[in-house]
Amino acid sequence: MSGRLELWLFVLQRLTAMLLAPLVLLHLATIIYAVRGGLTAAEILGRTRGSLLWGGLYGLFVLAAALHGAIGLRIVLREMAPINRRGSDLLAVVFLLLALLLGFRAVGALT
Amino acid sequence: MSALESLDGGEIAVAIWRGAATGRFETYRVPQRANQTVLDVVTYVQRVLDPTLSYRFACRVGVCGSCAMTVNGEPRWTCRTHVSRVCSDGRLEIAPLANLPVIKDLAADLAPFFDQWAAAKGRFTPTRTKAEPLAAVRPDSPARQAVDAGIECIGCAVCHAACDVVAWNPDYLGPAPLNRAWTLVNDVRDGDRLGHLAAVAVDAGCHACHSHQSCASHCPVGLNPTRSIVGLKRAVFVAALRGEL
Repeated sequence: MSGRLELWLFVLQRLTAMLLAPLVLLHLATIIYAVRGGLTAAEILGRTRGSLLWGGLYGLFVLAAALHGAIGLRIVLREMAPINRRGSDLLAVVFLLLALLLGFRAVGALT
Repeated sequence: MSALESLDGGEIAVAIWRGAATGRFETYRVPQRANQTVLDVVTYVQRVLDPTLSYRFACRVGVCGSCAMTVNGEPRWTCRTHVSRVCSDGRLEIAPLANLPVIKDLAADLAPFFDQWAAAKGRFTPTRTKAEPLAAVRPDSPARQAVDAGIECIGCAVCHAACDVVAWNPDYLGPAPLNRAWTLVNDVRDGDRLGHLAAVAVDAGCHACHSHQSCASHCPVGLNPTRSIVGLKRAVFVAALRGEL
């Protein structure tokens, strides 16, 4: 059973990577565009407030990053940290929930 | 001219591991010869200086994969490693292969390595009997080219000894068994493609590889198991999404 879980976590990590690649590029391009002529909170909020597109994109970004990071962190902990499997699984879930909480809180504040 | 060639006719100080899991390096002085291999050095020590030294070899020409050892810290096939290539200061250190139990001296126990071949289902599953005609396989087909790229493995376990993931996780199937699995996945004559994929899509299977490429940089016959493992990851990914696994 553990093999099937590993398989699907791998598939999920690959799928989230495919989402993250264009989203990171979009994010970088937006940063470069946004800082032209100074950066203000009002300008950013003016772009993102009430925008379903930006809210949706960054919501997707948060979801993909949280899943992708948690799956990777679980493996890093398993290979590098002196804790057992349950410990690494638990820490990865804590990381996932924390990233989702903080991420969606930020998305909520922007939109 | 290397420092060693200048010693031609002189001696090499060879530190050789004696013992098993615990032991020590003992130093022997071996005459320098032209075109001497590391295996020649070990053989000289065993035949002339200390007949109790244990090591393993068979073909002496890079075919059988028996004589791999750790030479100056790196896994190598000793029969085709010239001393002049690895020893620049007149000193050699020879130890058994890493990541494997040591039986005695330079002889490592390869059972865990071959157990992983079995676990990775590195067995051909025939689809025809000998009564049927031979399968026609185009040499230039992409699948056959992928097989050809990985098929020449001699099973020496150098990649197993070089792999960081094997060192971290003894359950990891390892570069050579996964490379073997990839050749079978691409073999159009094999009847159990999904069985091979299922065997490597396990907890410590192809997904555990970090692509450090230590296997590829140490493989004595120039194979690239990392590339094969990447192929397996991709094939497993597609098969999983298609609901085949």
